[in-house]
Amino acid sequence: MSEKLRERVNHYLDLIVLTIVGVIEEFIYEVGCVMSFGAYSMGTFFKKPYRMKEFIQQMEFIGNKSIFIVVLTGTFTGMALAFQVYLGFRMVNATSLTGPIVAMGIARELGPVLTGLIVAARAGGAMAANLGSMRVSEQIDALEVMGVDPLEYLVAPRMWASVVALPLLTGVFDFTAMVGSYFLCIHVLEMDEAIFWDKTSLWLNPNHINEGLIKAAVFGAVFSLICCYRGFKTTGGARGVGDSTNRGVVLSMVMIIILDFFLMNLIDIYYKVTT
Amino acid sequence: MAQENAIEIIDLKKSFSEGDYVLNGINLNVPKGKVTVIIGFSGTGKSVLLKHILGILKPTSGTIKILGKDISLLTDDEKVKLRRHFGVLFQYAALFDDKTVLENVMFPLDEHRKDLSKTQKLQIAYEKLRLSGLDEKHYKKLPGEISGGMRKRCGLARALALDPEILVYDEPTTGLDPILTEMVDNLILNTHNQNKDSSSLVVSHDLHAAFRIGDYVAMLDSGKVLLHGPPKVFLESDNPLVARFVSKGVNKK
Repeated sequence: MSEKLRERVNHYLDLIVLTIVGVIEEFIYEVGCVMSFGAYSMGTFFKKPYRMKEFIQQMEFIGNKSIFIVVLTGTFTGMALAFQVYLGFRMVNATSLTGPIVAMGIARELGPVLTGLIVAARAGGAMAANLGSMRVSEQIDALEVMGVDPLEYLVAPRMWASVVALPLLTGVFDFTAMVGSYFLCIHVLEMDEAIFWDKTSLWLNPNHINEGLIKAAVFGAVFSLICCYRGFKTTGGARGVGDSTNRGVVLSMVMIIILDFFLMNLIDIYYKVTT
Repeated sequence: MAQENAIEIIDLKKSFSEGDYVLNGINLNVPKGKVTVIIGFSGTGKSVLLKHILGILKPTSGTIKILGKDISLLTDDEKVKLRRHFGVLFQYAALFDDKTVLENVMFPLDEHRKDLSKTQKLQIAYEKLRLSGLDEKHYKKLPGEISGGMRKRCGLARALALDPEILVYDEPTTGLDPILTEMVDNLILNTHNQNKDSSSLVVSHDLHAAFRIGDYVAMLDSGKVLLHGPPKVFLESDNPLVARFVSKGVNKK
């Protein structure tokens, strides 16, 4: 290889390495910004003045206004899952296990994940859009110059309301999904009701439900943090608000699905260590 | 006797990217009890300067003293306390969308005057809204349901709610028709005349308004104060840029 060619190859290698390092640096910096944004915001919730009114307003918006869609999704998910499990188990003559398998799947996985996705799309999008439009219309600046910390007033109530509301909504999802699967199994597929409940109560233990609720609380913190951060950092008018909302919702959904895998393993390790 | 300053800016510099200064050594005093208007062509750093005064942006170098206190040396809590001395009317009023006109004016009182009863706060809010010339039938409306001029009046009432020592107006007449522009100018003058102790800082590119309402006018160009003084100084100036601004009246062509 000639000297000139070697120099050129080295130059391009340097460029590639520098670009990769730059991207990693930026990613780490961004993650640091998001984490400190979230930690500071959640911490201010316990400082005076306590924002209970704003917290309750957000609970109403995130929790109460999501119930209908969660009930609807939960019922049909329960029925669809029960039918699929029934079809599979029928091949090995084990349809009596449909109830417990559906219950475990719903409580540990589908309940928190689907509730997280639904609420992230509905409430998370609204959070990003709301904060984004407040940013571009100078309402956040107005708060700041009035001596009100916008993170304490706007972000903390939204984040805590999400952390509290999501496990509650997951509970509603779990319940309605079980009602849906019960209806399908007993009244449509004509399975034995006593066996359905007996096997379910035998296999499903409180730790499975707790696992789902813990995950839901984490998903609540994650989607509200991402959406609030995106909304808060909006620039560029109406288009910027649209971009923030889009990015906030998409990133929240992807993060919920990725985090679900790691949380599942972490919780499993915790149970193994403590029992 | 030397004139006391509400705001003192010493050699203020701000750069968003290395070597490119938006503010390049601003020196400016805003005297107490007077109306000071900052004018300049678009993109000369007026809004950036205002954001520094309000503490929304941090300077690259230089000092800003508000009521004698260097804001760079203040803790967050002290900054919050200092900001209570400010009343700000934003360019588009920046009213909270989800609150009614009355709730918007009540907001600073709810936040900072815990010593007052709800009735007292309501009395103050009504008084400020009347002072701003907003009709009572609009008090229960949301900002989206009232006109631009009414929003400005509501924004002014909110800015006045805590009886601030410094009133800041960010391009108050931008986008308004000539009649509304005159109305807002009169509103600024009336507000100042009713509270002579307060200092007003108006950022504008409307030269006629600047000459009409300003005791002092400062013109910015390329991140520096090009000329500062009473309005007549501008009329007598032989600086070509000032002369051009005066002759054109408003915008850089």
